[in-house]
Order: sequence, then structure tokens, then C-alpha cells
Amino acid sequence: MQKDIRRLSLILLFAPFALWIVLLILLPHVGMVFLSLREKIAPRVYEFGFANYIEFFNEPIYWNTLVRTGSMSLLVTVLALIIGFPIAYYIAKIAGPRVRGALFLFCLVPLWVSDLIRAFGWILLLRETGVVSNILQWTGLAAAPVEMLYNDVTVVIGLVYTVILFMIVPLASTLDGMDNSMIEAGYNLGGRGTTVLRRIIIPYAMPGIASGCIIVFMLTAGSYLTPILLGGKNSSWFTEQIYDQFITRYNWESGAAFGMLLLAFTSLVVWLGLRLTGQSLANTVTKT
Amino acid sequence: MRIKTTVTCMIAALVFGTASIAQAETLRLLTWGSYAPDELVQKFEAEYPDIKVEVTFSNNEEMIAKLRATGGAGFDLAQPSHDRIHAAQLEYDIYKPMDLSKIDTSVMSTVHLEGVKANTTIDGEVYSVPHQWGTSGLMADKSKAPEFKNWMDLCDPMYKGKTSMRLKRTILLGTAFSLGYDPFAAYADLDEYQRILDEVVEVLIACKDNIKAYWKGGDDLAALMLSGEIVASETWDSTAYRIYNENSNIVFVPPGTGALTWIDTFTLPRKAKADDAAYKWINFVLRPENVTIMSASTGAIAAVNGGQDLLPPDKKAAVTAAWSAEDIANLQFFANIPPGIEDMEGKALEKIKAATGG
Amino acid sequence: MVNSPSTDLECINISKTFGSVLAVDNVSFEIPRGSFFSILGPSGCGKTTLIRMIAGFEQPDSGEIHIKGKSVLNTAPNKRNVKMVFQHLALFPMMNVYENIAYGLRCNGVAKDEIDQRVNNVLKRIALPDVGEREIHQLSGGQKQRIAVARCMVLDPDVLLLDEPLGALDLKLREAMKIELKLLQHQFDTTFIYITHDQSEALVMSDRVAIMNQGQFEQVGTPQELYHAPRSAFVAGFVGDSNRWAGQTVAAAGSAVRVKTEDGLELLANPYGAAAATGGRAVDIFIRPEFITVERAGGARAAPESGHNTLNGVVDSLLFNGANSRALVRSASSHLIEADIVLTGGNEDLQPGENVTLIWPADQTMCFAT
Repeated sequence: MQKDIRRLSLILLFAPFALWIVLLILLPHVGMVFLSLREKIAPRVYEFGFANYIEFFNEPIYWNTLVRTGSMSLLVTVLALIIGFPIAYYIAKIAGPRVRGALFLFCLVPLWVSDLIRAFGWILLLRETGVVSNILQWTGLAAAPVEMLYNDVTVVIGLVYTVILFMIVPLASTLDGMDNSMIEAGYNLGGRGTTVLRRIIIPYAMPGIASGCIIVFMLTAGSYLTPILLGGKNSSWFTEQIYDQFITRYNWESGAAFGMLLLAFTSLVVWLGLRLTGQSLANTVTKT
Repeated sequence: MRIKTTVTCMIAALVFGTASIAQAETLRLLTWGSYAPDELVQKFEAEYPDIKVEVTFSNNEEMIAKLRATGGAGFDLAQPSHDRIHAAQLEYDIYKPMDLSKIDTSVMSTVHLEGVKANTTIDGEVYSVPHQWGTSGLMADKSKAPEFKNWMDLCDPMYKGKTSMRLKRTILLGTAFSLGYDPFAAYADLDEYQRILDEVVEVLIACKDNIKAYWKGGDDLAALMLSGEIVASETWDSTAYRIYNENSNIVFVPPGTGALTWIDTFTLPRKAKADDAAYKWINFVLRPENVTIMSASTGAIAAVNGGQDLLPPDKKAAVTAAWSAEDIANLQFFANIPPGIEDMEGKALEKIKAATGG
Repeated sequence: MVNSPSTDLECINISKTFGSVLAVDNVSFEIPRGSFFSILGPSGCGKTTLIRMIAGFEQPDSGEIHIKGKSVLNTAPNKRNVKMVFQHLALFPMMNVYENIAYGLRCNGVAKDEIDQRVNNVLKRIALPDVGEREIHQLSGGQKQRIAVARCMVLDPDVLLLDEPLGALDLKLREAMKIELKLLQHQFDTTFIYITHDQSEALVMSDRVAIMNQGQFEQVGTPQELYHAPRSAFVAGFVGDSNRWAGQTVAAAGSAVRVKTEDGLELLANPYGAAAATGGRAVDIFIRPEFITVERAGGARAAPESGHNTLNGVVDSLLFNGANSRALVRSASSHLIEADIVLTGGNEDLQPGENVTLIWPADQTMCFAT
């Protein structure tokens, strides 16, 4: 009786998690895989085949966009790391407890408004007749209106701004777990600031760096609104192509194939990154 | 004992609760943003107290995607454009035929009604009736670009960096017309259409340098135009009318080759559950006094007799400033999109976007 | 001040405040080369601040720190030849043992061959020659301890600072490590400064011990001096165990002084300092348990000689701890007194509830004016 109750409560506790995994993660992906393996022969006639994937590799526009999306996402990840690390270090090691809370809150601010509003914020700031351009003209730094919108640099700035919190939080929590005496020992044994950073702080923070980079890379590669709204005439983004396939071209089969390819591509990049830095996914998850 | 009473009460409440909801019929509208103004919805619910209106805003592509995902369930009335019904029905079977006897077709302007019927009749059954119509064309600031008249003027070096367009199928069609083709006629011969598209792509890639940015939505376009960052653009007529109210220098320009004309329809999804309520809504919004409320919200003209006269005054002024009689005679109605066209056009658009023109 | 070459470290009048708290208050001391020096004090007494200043992590508000006769106040922590073993050791978990030890050498730009030789050499000296390739988490507590010392010693420091490094170890290991640290210090022949709040660590290992309280040194001396000749009530109470009474002096009695305690006892005591030798002063009295003899009441022993104190009581309980066993005796005034006894396990042993007489010499009754 007692045992049955215990087993029942275990099942009840586990059920929401299992349902979540199966219904929201597993099933849709299985569905996507099936969808992506259907070839459209005629209206309402489909056949099993790899045509959608072959199509992707035969059309340079598609894989170029994927490579472009991947490399820009990597750039965003690196920038977020370079900017986020000092901030995380300040929050975890230098700031007092009250300032720390305020700073975390400050980093959260961008998440309080939707993607769309954030993008429009940047548009207001950076457009030719926008705030920054006007200030530059007013101070005499620019003679004519400056257009800072509609190019890749703006896309990168907007993305870094959006995702940097996801870099700072795991980094700060890893650094927070680091005993201050570890850093002092680094100096005490004769290390200079750069040596301590390179040989002690960064290796210690490596799980946090890895998990921050994974989250940021995934978010960036999968983002839609920011690159679309801030991007210029040539700024294609792979998610835009998936959307186009699904919605404008009614081509769910090829959209599903593109979705699976994006998933495979980002997973590959993450795997490579972990291999290169000698981290394991489990290590990354438990240490942060 | 007490638990039992509570449970009984809860079950009773649930039963009666759902019963009372079931009594009031729900009309689930799948339509364009602004196509169901609150004023009209409230008026409708006041007139038919047992019908509750639920509105989902969408666009042509998403309407089809949503209905395709459910096989035509989840909504009771949809409003796709007249050129998007035939192929979608053939391919995905998401709509059902209309019972025209339930609709007061006498108020509809004959040209639009017959046009839509012709477009949406499959196996002798009519799938749609017209609601409102409007055009895609051009818009220009007359104080800065007084000569602006044609699609290809967007690519005129005179306006370098001062024009914009939306990278969607409309601009492909406009460009094809201004190159002297009739793309709608070419729908019958897909090889021919592909040749036209190839030429259009070349022109638009060369034009990229001249364009400031591709706009993505009405707000986006209005900001570009009103700030003076661009002087001319491809546009939806409703957006142009809205801007005209803020700056009367900026007017809608029907292109020389004819403005591209769409008619938004009323169409029943295949698994719609409230057909009677849907017919009531259709007849309701086509009444003259309601047409004015609708047009004030949408900026489009109702496909009823004398629809233009039923526009609210500010829209009427914008329309008068834009249209001459010959422009109206010159309208190009979007033709039914046969299967496969979306893919061809999609690829063309991707090529333009990916080309490093400027 | 003359810096004799035999002095490794010299602190002159250093003070440090944090906000309104005076952490270190005008402390001066010098440590001869090659000695084991402990700073013993309760937590919060300022001992950690003091060695952090020596290491360079804090800057004193005033005063001078000399290492090998040279001021180091303007020397960055990483340039001082003072190494530190941290409280939780601060071994680098992402490096193996070899890399941990080689870290300091690499920072100093030592050639690869020499690093190899010196690391292996120091590992041999701490008797762990084969652990170089091990990861830190694979080591036992005692091994970690030795690696932490080796990591510093491989750099030949002038002074090695140890900040309560045994605190995290269990009792048995701590006992073993005390001896081991002392041996290591002998072997390396380097000056060790050892911070602790545990008196037995300080007494066992040190050549000299400083007792620190509220930012000041109360007394500096050999462990035996501190134990047998404390110069203040704080030192007497802090170092070693003792029974304590508060009371008042009545009058001098030769070299001793007569004291009336708060619970009404009259005791002969040995005054420490002139103030305690006069009548009418408030005093604290300390008697170490090992000087108290426990006699069964009505026993055969003759009355005690003069110059001894006696007190009757009842055995409350016995605290068996092998050679260090004690009896807790309750006096008539309900004061509990600890006295060392021998418990053999035979029938002769004291039993709780027995009436006893406690006897101890007057000159071991330390009396301090408060």
C-alpha cells in the first residue's frame, strides 16, 4: 500500500516533465522530420524522399544564408563574451551585494519589453533622422545626416544588446562560486594581472563561458525579428528563409527541412566549440 | 459529506456554465488587422445578443497556413484575398462552398462580385464573395518628386537612396508590367512566366543600389516617408491615405501600367461551425452605415454599389487626390495564383535579397 | 631600528582600520630567520588582516613592513617574496598537481628544464613524488595540505604565511598535520608565520607565539612562557585550560596575596603584576587543572602544608579521556572545578557523588588585577 502510494506520487511528479518533453519537444520534432522527408509531386500528392534536403545543397543562396547566419551568430557570441565578461566579473567579484542586485536588474531591463519594441527603439535611435544622427550633427561631428540603420553592424549591435544577459548570468554565477583566495593565490605566487586572468580566472569560468556561449549562439541563430527589422537590403537571415518557406511559399516540406538543417548546424557548431575548449555538456550544465 | 456537496456543486456549475456558453453562438473571425473595428463588433453583438464575436488578426499567408494546419477548423469566417482561394482550395481543401441565397448580393457592385465569382468557382460551386477592395501602387512626395509616375521610377538614379519597396510578389508583378509584360497572362505558361521573372530579377538587382531599404510593414513605411528619408515608395493604398492625412504633399500614385487591385473576400473555412452567424455578419457589414465605419478603420473601399461615396470624408479626400477616371479604368486585378507560382516567386525574391547589389 | 640580517620579517607600528573598526592597532614585532612564529587569537582579533598586509593584499594605514631588511610597502603582492597558504588552500582545481606547483615558477619565467627539476624535487621533499599527474580532487586532505605548502616552497620564499590551513581537516588528520608542518618547516628552514585560533596548534608547532586580542599583541613569547607566565588575564584564560574565579584581594601575605572570591572562598594566590599584590583590588584568579590534587574526604593524608589552598566538594561527574581524564567537582557554593585525575579502571577510582578535598599550591594560583 505504502509502496504503491510512493510509486504513484513518483509517477505524478514525473508526469508533467515527461509530458512536456514528449508533447512539446519530441513530437513536434518527429513531425518536422517526417514533414521534411515528403516530396511534393502534385497538389495533395506527396512521396517519401530527400528532395528538400538536396534542394538546400543545390541552391547556393540557401547554404550561403545559413553560413552567413552562423558566422554572424558567432561574431555576436564573441562580442557578447568580450563585453559580458568584465560586467559579470564586476557583478560577481567587485560589486557589493546591493549594487549586485541592482546591476542584475539593470541587465534584465531589455527583457521587459518585447523584441519588436526593442527593435523599434534601435530604429528610432539609429535612423537617418534619428536621435544619434541628430546629436552628431548638433555637436558638429557630422556635416550631413548619418544613416546607421539597415546594415549588418546594426544587426550585430541589436543582437548583442538582446542576448548579453544570457551571457552575463551563467558567467556571474560561475565566477561567484570562485573563492576569492584563488585569485589572491594567483597574485601571491607571482602572477601578473594578465597571467591570473588567463591561467586562473578564465579556466575556472570555462563552464560558464561555454554555457553562456551556447545559449547566446542558439538564441542568436534562432532570432527572427531583430535581424529582419534592423537588417539592410542584403541582410538575409536563415530564420527568415524558414518563415518564407512555411508561410509565403506554402512549402512546409522544405521549411521543415530547413528547420532541421538549422538545428543540425547549430548543434554541430556547439559540439565543435565544446570539443575545442575541452568542455563537456554535462560539466557545463552542472557547474553553472 | 461536505466534500461530496462541494464536488456536486462544482460539477453543476461546470455544466450550467458551459451550457450557457453553448447557448450563445460564437463567431470566430479570421481577418486582417483593422477589419473588425470594436465599434462594429459591439453594434453587431447588440443586434444579435446570442452571437459573440472573436477576432483573430492575420494576413493572406498566415490565414492559409493556420487553416492548413487544422484542415480548415478553428474559425467560422475567413477573409483571404480573391487571388489566394482557388489554388489553396485545390491543394489543401480548407474552404467550403457558400450558399449565395443567404447573402444579399444585390448590394454588391457587380464588377467585383462577378470578378470574385469567376476567380473562386470550383466544380460549379462559388467559394467567396467580395468585401472590400484596394490597390497596391506607388506613393510620392509631390513637393520633392513631382514627376513620379511609374514602377520603374523607383529605380531612377534621380532618386538614388531615396526610394523604398517591399520585397514581396507585388513588386515583381509591377516591374513585369512596366517591362511591358502581362504577368497574369503568363500564369498559364509557367516557362514563359519564369523567363519574365528572370528578367525582373535582373532589373531589381540592378535597382538595389537605388533603394534605401526594403520596408517590412505599414508603420515602417510611414516612418520612412514622413521623416523625409525617402521621397517615393511602393505602397499599399491604405497606408498612403493614412500618410496623406498627416502630410498632404504625399499622395498615392496609381502606376501608369495600372494599380494592382486586390479584393478581400468572405470565405467559409471547411470545418466552420457557425455558418448562420457568418452570413449574418456578412450582411451586417455590407449595410451602408456600417460600410462607412469599416472603411474608416481599414482605409479600403467596400465592394458595394457606390462604395467610394460611403468612404469617410478624410479618406475620400485622399482618394480624390490620387485617382483620375482613367486610373480607375486602368486597374489591374490580381489574377488567381496557380500552384507553383509561389515557389517561383519566392526563389526570385531570395535571389534579389541575396545579391550584393548595394 | 637596526635591521639585523638575521631578521626575516619586521613589522613596525602598523595599524589598519576598516570604517570605524580598528582591526590592527599599532602592532610591532620581528621574526628571526628560520623560526616558526604563530599568531594566536580569537576570530575577529585582526590576525588575518595582519598577514594580509604582510602578503600585500591590504595596505596598512600607518607603519612599516620590512622583509629581509627592505620595506615592501610599495611592492605589489606578486612581487613580494612572501608566499601564502590560504585557509581553504586555494589550489587551482583546473590544473593538476604538477601545474599547480609549476604555476609560480612559470610566472617567474623559469626555464622549462629547471621547472621540471624543481617541481619534482619539491614533490620528493614532501614525500609525494608520484602525484604530479593527479588532479586536485583526487588528493586526500593531508596531501592537498602538503601540495599547498610545496606550491609556495618551490619559490624559495623569505617568509611563508599560513592562514589557519588546518581548519577544514578532521581532528585526527589535524593532529598528524601539526607534526608534519613542523617537520616541513625544519626541512625547508624557512620562516613560517602561522595564524590560528586553536591554541594547541600554536603551542605544539611554534618557536614563538604572539597572543592577539582586539588588534593588539597581548604577549609574545615561547609557548611555555605563555602557558606558565602569562602577562595578562586574557592570556591566562586563552592559553590552556583553567578554573577561574572573580574576587577581591584582602591583603598581602608575604609574597602571596589573600583573595576573597565572589562565592565567598578565601584563597592564597600568587600575584601577577604589582597591582594584584595590594589589598582591595578586583582580581581574576586562574588555576590550571593539572595543579589540583583530588583527595577523598577523610583520607589518610595529613593536612596540607602551608602555602596550599584546600576546598571541599562533591564529585559531579568524571570526564574520561585516557591520560587526560578529569573530575568535575562541585564546591559548596556550586562552583564547578576541573581537576586532572588518573582513572585506571580499578576499584580505587573516584566515583561520582563522593566527597573530596581539592588541594593546590598557592604559587600556581595566578592572580591578575582586572
